[in-house]
Amino acid sequence: MLLHDTAIIFGRYARQTLRSRFAMLFGVLMPLLYLIFFGPLLTDLPLGARGSSWQVLVPGLLLQLGLFGASFAGFSIIIENGAGIVERMRVTPVSRLALLLGRVLRDAALFVFQAVLLVLAAVALGLRAPLGGILIGFAFVALLTLSLASLSYALAMKVRTPQEFGPTINAVSMPAMLLSGLMLPMSLAPGWLDMLSHFMPFRYLVDAVRDAYVGSYTTSSMLYGVVVALGLTVLAVTVGTRVFRTAGA
Amino acid sequence: MAIISAARLARTFQTKHGPVQAVRGIDLTIEAGEILGFLGPNGAGKTTTLRMLTTLLKPTGGAATIAGHDLATDPAGVRRASGYVAQSGGVDPHVTVREELVTQGRLYRLTKSQAIERALELADDLGLAELLDRKTAALSGGQRRRLDIAMALTHRPRVLFLDEPTTGLDPGSRADLWDLVRRLRDEHGTTVFLTTHYLDEADALSDRLVIVDAGVVVAEGTPSALKLRYGGSIDATLQDTFLAVTGRGPAPADTTPVAV
Repeated sequence: MLLHDTAIIFGRYARQTLRSRFAMLFGVLMPLLYLIFFGPLLTDLPLGARGSSWQVLVPGLLLQLGLFGASFAGFSIIIENGAGIVERMRVTPVSRLALLLGRVLRDAALFVFQAVLLVLAAVALGLRAPLGGILIGFAFVALLTLSLASLSYALAMKVRTPQEFGPTINAVSMPAMLLSGLMLPMSLAPGWLDMLSHFMPFRYLVDAVRDAYVGSYTTSSMLYGVVVALGLTVLAVTVGTRVFRTAGA
Repeated sequence: MAIISAARLARTFQTKHGPVQAVRGIDLTIEAGEILGFLGPNGAGKTTTLRMLTTLLKPTGGAATIAGHDLATDPAGVRRASGYVAQSGGVDPHVTVREELVTQGRLYRLTKSQAIERALELADDLGLAELLDRKTAALSGGQRRRLDIAMALTHRPRVLFLDEPTTGLDPGSRADLWDLVRRLRDEHGTTVFLTTHYLDEADALSDRLVIVDAGVVVAEGTPSALKLRYGGSIDATLQDTFLAVTGRGPAPADTTPVAV
C-alpha cells in the first residue's frame, strides 16, 4: 500500500512540475551563474586539491543546488495548506508516509535532473571527471534533497505562513552553505573555521563528492559522507512523517 | 442504532498564553440517515469538533465512534466510512476536475480503471460532466462546491461531514446544494453532519439541530422543538431562538453606529 500510495502522490506532483518549465529550470539558475561567472576565477588558483578546479567547484555547486532548492520545497505545502489540499488528502486512507515520500521523491527527481544539466554545462566549460564519480555525485544530490525537502515540508506544516518560513530557511541555508565549504574547500581555512565546519553535516557530503570526482572511492571522507547522508535522510524522513501524521495539533 | 456517537469529546490546545479549551466536552448521538445541523457562534468549537470526528485532530479527552469504528483505535475505519468537505474545499486550482476526481479515487485505493469510472459516475451525478477538462480555478463557486462534495463521496461514505458548505454561494447555488444534500440522504441513506451560520439553511435542511457554545452542547432538538422551548413559540424565528440559546440577545436599535 505504501508503494501504491507513494506512486500516486509522486505522479500527482511530478505532473505539476512537468506542466511548468519555469519550475523545472529555475533551481539550476543560481549554480549555473556561479559556474559561469565564478568558476573561471578558480582555474589558476592553488586550491590544494587533486585534479582541476572544476573537480573542486562542481561538487560544491551540485550540493548548493540541492541545499537551496530542497530547503525551499516547503513553500508549496504552505500554499496547499491554505487551499485545504493537505487536509483533504489526510481524511482519505492514504499512507501518511506516502504523503511525504511522494513529494520528496518528486523533489529528488527534479533536482537530480537539474544536477545533470549543471554537470553537462560544466563539462562544456572544461570539467573532466570519471563517470562513476559523477554518478556518485548525483546519488548524494538525491539523498541531500530527500532529507532537506522532508525537513522543509515539516517546517512548513508547523509555521504555516510564508512570512515565517522564508526568513527561517534563509537563516539556516546561508550559514550551511558557507560552513560546509561548498564554494572553496575547507582545507584552505584557518584551523578554527575548519574545526567549526566539521559540525556542519553537509561538509561531509561535499568532501565525499569531491573525492568521487577525482576517482577516490574508498577514502575515509567517502565513508563519512555516506554515513552522514544516510543518517540525515533517515532522521529527516522520520521527522517529516511524524509531522504529517499529527499535523494540525 | 446511532451512526455517530460522541461522549465528552474534548480538545485543548496548548498555546503560548496557556491552554485553550476549544472543545470542552461534546456529547452527541446521531441516527443513520439523519441530516444534522451543527450550529454555534464563531469560535464555539464547531470546526474543531468536525476535525476530531474526521480523524484530522486527536481529541485530548472523551471518545467517539463513527459507523461502528472507534476514533482512537480505528482511525482507518473511520476514514473509510466518512467523507469530509472543509470550509476551504481542498482542490488544486491548477489541476483539472477529471484529474482531481481520478486521483481521489486512487487515494481511496480504487484501481486506475475503477477510479476513472467512478470519476465519470460522480461527474454525471453532480452535474460536472461538461466541466471535466477544466482546471478547478475556472469553476464557479457553486461548481467548485459540487466538486468538493463529489471528492468526498468518492468511496460512497455512510457519513458526510460538511463544514459551512454554502458560505459564499449565490441563492441559486445554495438551493441546488440543499437539493443535493436531501437527495444523498433519500437515495443513498447518507447521514449528513453539516455546520452553518445560515439559520434559514439549518431550518430548511436539518432534521435536528445541535447548538454548541464555548465548547459544549447547549441545546439540541428538532427546529420546532427548539423554537418552542427557547424562542417562546413555534412561530419564533430560528434567529431569535439561536440568540436566546447562546445568550446573545439582539442589540438594541439605538446602539447602531451612526454613519459619519
